[in-house]
Amino acid sequence: MADGVMKRMSLIFKSKANKALDKYEDPRETLDYSYQKQMELLQKVRRGVADVATSRKRVELQMKKLQQEGDKLEGQARKALELGREDLAREALTRRANISAQIGDLNTQYESLQNQEENLVRQSKALEAKVESFRTQKETIKATYTAAQAQAQIGEAFSGISEEMGDVGMAIQRAQDKTAQLQARASAVDELMASGALDDPSGLAKDDITRQLEALSAGGAVDDQLAKMKLELSGGGNKALESGNGNGSYAAKSDEISDADVLKDGGAA
Amino acid sequence: MIVRILGEGQLVLEKDALAELNKLDDDLMAAVESGEQEKFEGAMQALLGKVRELGSPLPVEELKPSDFILPSSHSSLDEVRDLLSSDGLIPG
Repeated sequence: MADGVMKRMSLIFKSKANKALDKYEDPRETLDYSYQKQMELLQKVRRGVADVATSRKRVELQMKKLQQEGDKLEGQARKALELGREDLAREALTRRANISAQIGDLNTQYESLQNQEENLVRQSKALEAKVESFRTQKETIKATYTAAQAQAQIGEAFSGISEEMGDVGMAIQRAQDKTAQLQARASAVDELMASGALDDPSGLAKDDITRQLEALSAGGAVDDQLAKMKLELSGGGNKALESGNGNGSYAAKSDEISDADVLKDGGAA
Repeated sequence: MIVRILGEGQLVLEKDALAELNKLDDDLMAAVESGEQEKFEGAMQALLGKVRELGSPLPVEELKPSDFILPSSHSSLDEVRDLLSSDGLIPG
């Protein structure tokens, strides 16, 4: 077996650095050019960190919305059961299971993104420290420049920084891939919500389960009212009599009171 | 000697750790070539774990090239294979 993984990877990085180093005849030019590249990379890492954070927050918000939606469906299932509609309850719980799966999926991605964000922040700080160190060495090398000596000094600093840049560059790419993946998934969930396949957790648009439950409750209220009306119509006389009696007894009562008052008045007189 | 774990940073190790690392590295190479996921994951974690155990971090402001470079711990088998087969993956 030839070289293992660690040796081969280090050779690949070194050859990349050497190619960059060979681009310029004067090592001092190489130093300036590299420094410029480092500053660009630093900018890129900072932007990368900000992008990952934005993406993370978006997914966080979406998971929260999905959670609310799941809770709502659970409430609906309960209500449907109370109204004796097991079919609706089953439908609500099925959707809730679907949403839980989506949340689980997003959560896995979310955690790995969070991990990458932390790594990227740490790497960006390390790169910053190395770039600063490179800048100091660059000035020293340029000030005390003698070709032979500078070549050797540049070699180490340059390889060191170029390796770091390669590593950070790969980390940014990985984070960008991950972010894109997660955004695509989040967009897919958004689209599902917009199309009504998952309903709108804002609660503004009513989903079909809500509509059916409301129809059931409203239906119940209408049934009650109908029953009352039917009763009034069929036994209408009784009802009128009952209220007539009530009025009559009240009248009688006031008569009694009047009599008593008269008696009282009489007694006093 | 200095070993870099991609995504984590550089670690300084005693030179005599090399024999042990080489053995784990051979296992990893064999696992990559076998294409078996489980074997690969086991070999990766064993090698990275050993480097972390024996190494101490190189101060971040030091600018030194590494003697050895290892993939990041969450690299997939395919990613490692790609890393080894071309240098096009490394930006800059």
